[in-house]
Amino acid sequence: METDKSKIGTFIFNRSVQGAFYQLITLGLVALGIYYIVTNTARNMLERGLASGFHFLGVESQFDIGMTLIEYSPTSTYFDSFIVGLLNTLLVAGIGILFATIIGFTVGIMRLSSNWLIAKIAETYVEILRNIPLLLQIFFWYFAVLRALPKPKQSLELYDSFFLNNRGLFIPDTVFGEGSSIIFYLLWLTIIISIGIFIWAKRRQNRTGERFPAFYVSIALILGTFLISLAATGFPVSFEYPELKGFNFKGGVKLIPELVALTFALAMYTASFIAEVVRGGIMAVSKGQTEAAKSVGLKQNLILRLIIIPQALRVIVPPLTNQYLNLTKNSSLAAAIAYPDLVLVFAGTALMQTGQAIEIIGMVMGVYLFLSLFTSLIMNLFNRFMKVDGER
Amino acid sequence: MSLANKEIGPPVIELGVMGWLRKNLFSNWYNSLLTIFGVYLLYILIPPLVNWIFLDANFVGSTRDDCTNEGACWIFIRQNIKLIFYGLYPTEELWRINFVYLILFISGVYLLIPELKYKGWVGAFLLIIFPIICVIMLSGGLGLEAVETRLWGGLFLTLVIAGVGIVLSLPIGVMLALGRRSKLPVVSILCTIFIEIWRGVPLITVLFMASNMFPLFMPEGVNFDKLIRALIGVMFFSAAYLAEVVRGGLQAMPKGQYEASQAVGLTYWRMMTLVILPQSLKMVIPAIIGSFIAIFKDTTLVLVIGLFDFLGIIQFVGTNPDWLGFSHEGYVFAAAVFWVFCYAMSWYSQRLEKKLDTGR
Repeated sequence: METDKSKIGTFIFNRSVQGAFYQLITLGLVALGIYYIVTNTARNMLERGLASGFHFLGVESQFDIGMTLIEYSPTSTYFDSFIVGLLNTLLVAGIGILFATIIGFTVGIMRLSSNWLIAKIAETYVEILRNIPLLLQIFFWYFAVLRALPKPKQSLELYDSFFLNNRGLFIPDTVFGEGSSIIFYLLWLTIIISIGIFIWAKRRQNRTGERFPAFYVSIALILGTFLISLAATGFPVSFEYPELKGFNFKGGVKLIPELVALTFALAMYTASFIAEVVRGGIMAVSKGQTEAAKSVGLKQNLILRLIIIPQALRVIVPPLTNQYLNLTKNSSLAAAIAYPDLVLVFAGTALMQTGQAIEIIGMVMGVYLFLSLFTSLIMNLFNRFMKVDGER
Repeated sequence: MSLANKEIGPPVIELGVMGWLRKNLFSNWYNSLLTIFGVYLLYILIPPLVNWIFLDANFVGSTRDDCTNEGACWIFIRQNIKLIFYGLYPTEELWRINFVYLILFISGVYLLIPELKYKGWVGAFLLIIFPIICVIMLSGGLGLEAVETRLWGGLFLTLVIAGVGIVLSLPIGVMLALGRRSKLPVVSILCTIFIEIWRGVPLITVLFMASNMFPLFMPEGVNFDKLIRALIGVMFFSAAYLAEVVRGGLQAMPKGQYEASQAVGLTYWRMMTLVILPQSLKMVIPAIIGSFIAIFKDTTLVLVIGLFDFLGIIQFVGTNPDWLGFSHEGYVFAAAVFWVFCYAMSWYSQRLEKKLDTGR
């Protein structure tokens, strides 16, 4: 009797038995919750006459989209509208990331300037921009700035080739004439040769210690070949400038105001966070590194290139990618100003028309989730690659 | 008296205003150039802005015709102030909102004054009794007239969403963080999946999900209010972000703390609540406040599912035919209010960081 009790006791208070018990309960509760939701959903969908599944993707969408990067018309399928939205999202994210990086690095370095005024201006930029909601900034640029611009006849212009008015931003288009393909082949060839030069220079330096100005040589090679081939083929590349015809501009590339406002707001907002990341990264490189580099006789530009930037980048890159990801996710605010991105086109219009809430929102979330997980995978690899031996 | 006995100060050129200017603005030629550029930038930005906001602005009057000066027409804001602050909440019931603000304000001030005692009780009141008071006061009950949530709006709604999001997401976030660090594989995997899914998608899709998918999940006849659906979405979304912040704190905890608590025989929950969490939460307070600021800014997104929060109502007021064309004033006012809230939080967090930094 006595031993039985203690056996039961040791069984109940056994760590792994307790663990298994708790896990079983958790699993049971989660399964119960999912079962509850699934049965409810199935019944609700039956009541509303909705068929589950992805058959709707092949059906004609019957709506048009204001801006498309691929062929699209109301007779296209819902799947086409998904692709159009996805491409528009990627477009705005790509341009936004480019500008956010440029502005962010500039402001971040300005904040570390020894010039008091410049540092203060950069600090004010950061403190103002990051404490105001992004959506408000998007509204401001779209409704208060771009929509308030003059009509096409009174456009703001730059060098007679860039025009900004309430219909959008008009920029020159590049037109590739006959024979321009050979230039591209040559361009690719020189880039490959330059990579070869880099590898060779690195090996030679490891072997003999002699440095080779690989960077300048390859720049000269690429640019030189490019210009010479341009001249040799008789400049087949030309620009098509936008021109005012009637009430609107013809020719060139038209960027719709929604795109301009969204990109602008995203870039400015994210830049304020990138600036902080950059500042933190540079400050994380200890002063002793600079002093040590000076004392072994490195020149200022070499200190920057060989000592500070590589170490700062190790700190900067992970949070920087995080900011890029945030920008991509934030581009979904496009829906609020009717820029036809993935959320507006697919989770908005297509959802409204088909009522397939679960499938559509699942697909949209899946896209963003894939981007996030993919990025963090890359970041984990980067961190493993950049790890210095002996570090925790 | 010999010269050597006199104290020789630094050269005049390194002292006072001139010295400061020389050191910080004109140390070499490109710094001088940058300074001149900076001054020019300020010159083209600041005077027109100050003129527009203050000097040329219109403050007196009641209609748009009173805005005769060139600057901002602040009459627009003043005439719509009730809408902007309270939404469509019935005018005769506004005292209920103000009463809640008052309680919050008094207890907040009480908590901020370092000398006062019984802070724990006030905190407990704020966390347990105050929410009940809020629900009764704001939505009705106990003899108070019911006010539907579709009438809620303006800054008031923004504060409700942000407040509920902040208060509820913290405990959920802590639980998720503990779950993710748990040694039990099932718990840890489930928590990780939950956190990563919410963190991987934009809030706007979460809100779309809350407004389109939640109704499908519910049994027949159960119909959640739109506001409550949005609140659930915001809550889980911010809980996932807070979970990662808290996890950072848990990971930064030295292993000895865990081992010592186990050595004195504390159970898991006692170890966590008495030893680990108090220390690790303290470590990540600045990051937690950073998340709160993010939640506060993110509340503006609820306007895409048709709730009129502060920004939504500003947009809405701007479409009133009587006040068309004053969007600049609306946005600048909204930006100023949001900025004050966010900056105050980040200032408080910096102060706290300095106070808690015990020089480790």
